[in-house]
Amino acid sequence: MMEAVEHPLLKYLRAAMIPHIWCSGCGNGIILNAFVHALDELQIDLNKLVVVSGIGCIGRAAGYINADSFHTTHGRPIAFATGVKLAKPELEVVVISGDGDLFAIGGNHFIHAARRNIGIKVICANNFNYGMTGGQVGPTTPLEALTTTTPYGNIEHPFNLVHLAAASGATYVARWTTLHVRMLTASIKKLLQRKGFSFIEVVSPCPEIYGRHNKMRTGLEMMEWFREASVIANFSDPAKAEITPEKIVVGEFVDIEKPTYEQLLYEKMAKLMKEESE
Amino acid sequence: MPERLWRTPLDVEKISRPKAEIYILKDQCKGCGFCIHYCPKKVLEESDEINARGVHPPRVVDEKNCVLCSFCTAVCPDFAIFVKEKQCKDGC
Ligand SMILES: Cc1ncc(C[n+]2csc(CCOP(=O)(O)OP(=O)(O)O)c2C)c(N)n1
Ligand code: SF4
Ligand code: SF4
Ligand code: SF4
Ligand SMILES: [Mg+2]
Repeated sequence: MMEAVEHPLLKYLRAAMIPHIWCSGCGNGIILNAFVHALDELQIDLNKLVVVSGIGCIGRAAGYINADSFHTTHGRPIAFATGVKLAKPELEVVVISGDGDLFAIGGNHFIHAARRNIGIKVICANNFNYGMTGGQVGPTTPLEALTTTTPYGNIEHPFNLVHLAAASGATYVARWTTLHVRMLTASIKKLLQRKGFSFIEVVSPCPEIYGRHNKMRTGLEMMEWFREASVIANFSDPAKAEITPEKIVVGEFVDIEKPTYEQLLYEKMAKLMKEESE
Repeated sequence: MPERLWRTPLDVEKISRPKAEIYILKDQCKGCGFCIHYCPKKVLEESDEINARGVHPPRVVDEKNCVLCSFCTAVCPDFAIFVKEKQCKDGC
């Protein structure tokens, strides 16, 4: 056993910001790890990568990655990312944000970016609650789950994010848990190589807040839930891929191609300019 | 494995198993235990020592059992552990 050497992936991170602020056993670190693993395996040019996140615990991710990154206002990372992508379509633009940020306050940005097939890539850390603000109920909190704002059990039906993404028109849709690090990394590599709107939901432990209220006090207990409940069902019907205490359906659900918004936009502009000059 | 398929590989003498070098950045560890729990070969265990963050970082039980799968590296949320293949030029 050795010590005092540099982690091989440190070059993809802003060294001065590491160690990160996330709690012990928080899945956000695993998502960051899988993301930089994918960057490394694809040898992605960090000068061509833009990472955008919103507000929340996972929102810190953008700041930890050693690329141009934006930590935007709550719910708006997709709007920022859309602007970057349309101005500079040659850049790879990735949004990493939370279930609350992307699907509560930012829900409309998500469905319309997917519908328009804007070529941005979205990774959602779904930890079933608003971690940063103390654990309020959110749009993915399972029925009957306890949160600080549902002390008697949640009575709101949760979004099924992969179904929502597929129905909105996303060209690549996958869901993994933070225990499926290998599949997750492979999926992130796919996401980075695709042209159209692509989405990965990562079911992620928030032991400090969500787990504490739901009898899973440690990251390990939450990961054990994922291990026991996960069922891999690639290309199964996303409508049936719900998340319950007994079952978490994971896998790839959509992998299709269609013209992107920026491609159609630039083609249209070129055509109109040509007509005008004639 | 069915018995009839089993035989000792002919080149078993010549092939050496890659050896691992496990690096633990002790003070970066937050003690989640993922690496220890999910190592398929039970190479790691919780140590008695308390690091700068007040938790017990992992320690290596037996490096020889490591199969270099790197799962510990991939699952660590805190970039506190990684594995490299030992360069055995001079024998090890
Ligand atoms: C406009 C606005 N409304 C509300 C907030 C408060 N706020 C900060 S983070 C957050 C929710 C974060 O939840 P999520 O996106 O799931 O991220 P997590 O912390 O769980 O990783 C809220 C409501 C804010 N910062 N700005
Ligand atoms: S509160 Fe939850 S999501 Fe936020 S850093 Fe802690 S464990 Fe992670
Ligand atoms: S590389 Fe694999 S076998 Fe070796 S310590 Fe890590 S998890 Fe265990
Ligand atoms: S996975 Fe990382 S943070 Fe967790 S116990 Fe192992 S070395 Fe420490
Ligand atoms: Mg959340």
